[in-house]
Amino acid sequence: MRNLLASAGVALMAGAFSASTFAQSGETINLADVAELSGSGATVGTNWKNGIDLAVDEINAKGGILGAKIIVTHADTQSNAGVAKAQAQKALDGEPYALLGPGYSGSVKVCAPLAAEAGIVEIMGGEAAELTKAGNKFLFRTSFGQQTSMPKIAKYIAEDMKAKTAAVVWVNNDFGKGGHDTILKEFAARDVKVVADDSTEAGQADFAADALKVKASNPDVVFIYLNEEESARILKELRKADVKAPLVGETTLIGQKVIELAGDAANGALAHVGLTTDAPIPAIKAFRDKFVARYNYVPDHNGIKGYLSVYMIKAATEKMGKLDSKNLAAALHGLTITPDKEPGILMEVTIDENGDLDRQSFLGEVVNGKQVIKEVLPKLRN
Amino acid sequence: MANFVALLIAGLATGALYALAAVGFTLLWQTSQTINFAQGEFVMLPAFFMLAAMHAGLPFWAAILVGMALSMAILGFAFKRLLVDPMLQHGVLPLAIATMALSTFLKESVKTFYSAEASPFPSIAPDRDIHLLGVSVSWQNIAVLGVAIITVVSLQFLLNRTRTGRQMQAAAQNPTVARILGVPVERMILYTFLINGALVALTSLLISPIYLAKFSNGDTLGLAAFIAAIVGGFNQIRGAIVGGLLLGIVDNLSAAYVSTQYRGAVPLCLLVVIILFKPNGLLGRAEERTV
Amino acid sequence: MNARLTYVSAAIALALLVLAPLEFHRYGLYILTQWAVMTIAAIGLNLTLGYAGQVSLAQGAFVGIGAYCAAILTTHGWPLFAAGALALVLCFIIGWLLGYPALRVQHHYLAFVTLAFSTLAFLVFRNESWLTNGTEGIDGVPRPSLLGLSTTPHLRYYYLCLFMLALVTLAMLGLVRSPWGRAFIALRENPLRALSLGVDTRRYILMAFAIGSALGGLAGVLYAPLVGLVEPPAFTLTLSLNLLMMVIVGGSGYFLGPFLGALVAVLLPEWLRGLENYYLIFYTMLVMGLLIYSPTGLIGIADRLLVNRRTRAASAARAAIGATIEGP
Repeated sequence: MRNLLASAGVALMAGAFSASTFAQSGETINLADVAELSGSGATVGTNWKNGIDLAVDEINAKGGILGAKIIVTHADTQSNAGVAKAQAQKALDGEPYALLGPGYSGSVKVCAPLAAEAGIVEIMGGEAAELTKAGNKFLFRTSFGQQTSMPKIAKYIAEDMKAKTAAVVWVNNDFGKGGHDTILKEFAARDVKVVADDSTEAGQADFAADALKVKASNPDVVFIYLNEEESARILKELRKADVKAPLVGETTLIGQKVIELAGDAANGALAHVGLTTDAPIPAIKAFRDKFVARYNYVPDHNGIKGYLSVYMIKAATEKMGKLDSKNLAAALHGLTITPDKEPGILMEVTIDENGDLDRQSFLGEVVNGKQVIKEVLPKLRN
Repeated sequence: MANFVALLIAGLATGALYALAAVGFTLLWQTSQTINFAQGEFVMLPAFFMLAAMHAGLPFWAAILVGMALSMAILGFAFKRLLVDPMLQHGVLPLAIATMALSTFLKESVKTFYSAEASPFPSIAPDRDIHLLGVSVSWQNIAVLGVAIITVVSLQFLLNRTRTGRQMQAAAQNPTVARILGVPVERMILYTFLINGALVALTSLLISPIYLAKFSNGDTLGLAAFIAAIVGGFNQIRGAIVGGLLLGIVDNLSAAYVSTQYRGAVPLCLLVVIILFKPNGLLGRAEERTV
Repeated sequence: MNARLTYVSAAIALALLVLAPLEFHRYGLYILTQWAVMTIAAIGLNLTLGYAGQVSLAQGAFVGIGAYCAAILTTHGWPLFAAGALALVLCFIIGWLLGYPALRVQHHYLAFVTLAFSTLAFLVFRNESWLTNGTEGIDGVPRPSLLGLSTTPHLRYYYLCLFMLALVTLAMLGLVRSPWGRAFIALRENPLRALSLGVDTRRYILMAFAIGSALGGLAGVLYAPLVGLVEPPAFTLTLSLNLLMMVIVGGSGYFLGPFLGALVAVLLPEWLRGLENYYLIFYTMLVMGLLIYSPTGLIGIADRLLVNRRTRAASAARAAIGATIEGP
């Protein structure tokens, strides 16, 4: 009797997994998104998803891509690489036009080979340097890899700020570790001595000990690479511990959310930002207003990444002049997308042979509770 | 040296919060054999009640009262009636597992129905620091310590000096005899649940300005509450307090002086060592086994 | 009659498990393989929880230890088989060492010790990068070759996992039916009486926990080549809780409980397609509901229905006989 239950279970599974292919008719483009909608990455994945939905609805309202409406499906990886792999496999079995996500670099690592095997483009949010070094011809970024962003900020710290010593505070997960390792390498190459190497936990709330450790090491500059909430907390603690050295970070440190949570303690913080809703660019401001109007909160850079992923596909498809998922990757490689032809791309971007991006970026500072762009750092190659 | 003192004070403040969470946890275990693995989420949740109340237009002080009332009603009364009472007949273990499921349920519900993002939470103390003897201490830390001390003293007073309190203690130590002596045991147990509801709401109010209100707050707080309760000793409220303060200080000091990569391991090792060598905790007495 | 029915059902189930997947897409195969691997871990936990009555919150960590064994050894050229043997032995020993002090105290302390161990294991996985490659994890774990045949194609790897599951099932059957198994059940029902009858309760509980942990390690060894990437966040307390809920939902203490529990855990997100955001909320409500109304899980419900039917049938039969005896 109980064995019959087991048999019934298997039969049910068989029913659940009968093949369901998306019809790739001339009328619809099917995008499959695989993102962290629950678990530790819920904030990242939810922002990413919301950005995608905003872009899809915008494009469909204007008639779609080459007349074809976009249909997007979202699957939850639960911030777990094993689940991500399953969901990506499921999505790929349905032969979508392209795969979007995930955001977590670990999950990207398991999904990317599947996409390559299926010959389908994957546009994802991961930032770890090694993702685009594996020779995968179908993988594309939506933001700078750490190998692009860290040299920029290290250069600024060493040459513009003339710092000789630095304290590094970083979050001990694959996001933070990748950044930590890269910045340490860059500092070493520029003769900046690291006097404190402080790792912290994701979700940590108490930074008193870390602030005191930083203070005791007396650095010229403090480099902070944490997620948004933790950035706010450590800014407050550093202020309380009366640390005089300038606080410098990468994108997350001076985000809108951090400023809101840290209040006065955020003033004076600097960061290199690749994507920010505070950039002095009208297109980005318009995007931010649209996002806030629809979702009622200000997006983080993951929201921008999701939005851009769809527009990258649009631009490449329009360049080809037809809906051709097989040649989408080739169309994306080497493509430069400009906002005058495609306003949805927000800023001019060039995609290189490895799927990395070349784009303007910014040096921002928090002045009187607002993010102000001090300097615009140009593309590496024009 | 100033550093060490600053760390100590910060550790005491954090420890006071752990202690409050641990006290409620211990009360439930003592009086009704309820091992509440959802205690961390119980501390996370009332802040959201208060935030929702403020969204609905209430001023902060009113939202606090609403949050406290809801916490006592839902996390105290409803928790007891809907989950604990039907399950106690099945034994301690199924109830413990049910609270594990409850913790995930509460966490996911907040994430889905409120927000996955952290929300700022207003503080009852001004967001400034004072400088004492060359050390910078925030008003928040002082407020936390102050409220925690008052709460613990009041609780001790309630338990030791009032009739109800002594009845509660009797119900905890030996329910059968207590019943014979006319103590309304069921009602006493209900009181402990309500007290826990109030305690977690208070802890939530104190901790959310610092931690920010986020659905995942329960993870660290819950673990801290368990460790504090076990290290201090299950059998007494005093044990939970000592455990909590010790934990806060150890945590901060180990982060500063031991490898930061393993900072999370020190409290855990402390837990294992205590279980190995002093299983009833630093202040605990040996429990009797019911036959 | 009952025994024959059981054998026939088992044969049908086995046939389905072997033949149906030939029609599946890669995703279906992947999910089915996941189910097989998780069932092995759940069987281990069922031994600890269902048969020996102990809560272990470290099963996820043992899966992790097994996965890292497999990843480290196979990326250095050793066969998966060696990793499997190592994982079994290592997890057994660690389980024994963990359980020994915890069980000196009251039994619910094992829950806390395993909780602490779970977090400690995660920290070690993440921090000891010389061994585990730290946060980035170990990528590209190869699938084994058996007798010259590579198991890289999904279907073949599935058959390997199914085979291992079958082996574990048979081993469990043997264990449960042996005098040891009966001792476990005695322990669960009434530890004090078992003690008074001369059963060395602590040794048996320890044994159950150690074997259960070893099975967790074995599941981990199969997990690593399935996903291909072994990284610390996959083996946190969340995994341990999921496995625990699988055992509860299926029916702790029932032989087939883990199979059913793992099936529900794997299929529920599928059935809730569209409501996926609420999957965990539904799942935990299901767990709590089951614990209140049927702590013996879904199989417990089925069992009770069956017992009810048989009891009613028997009463009816007795009443009928009684009526004929009374006579008109």
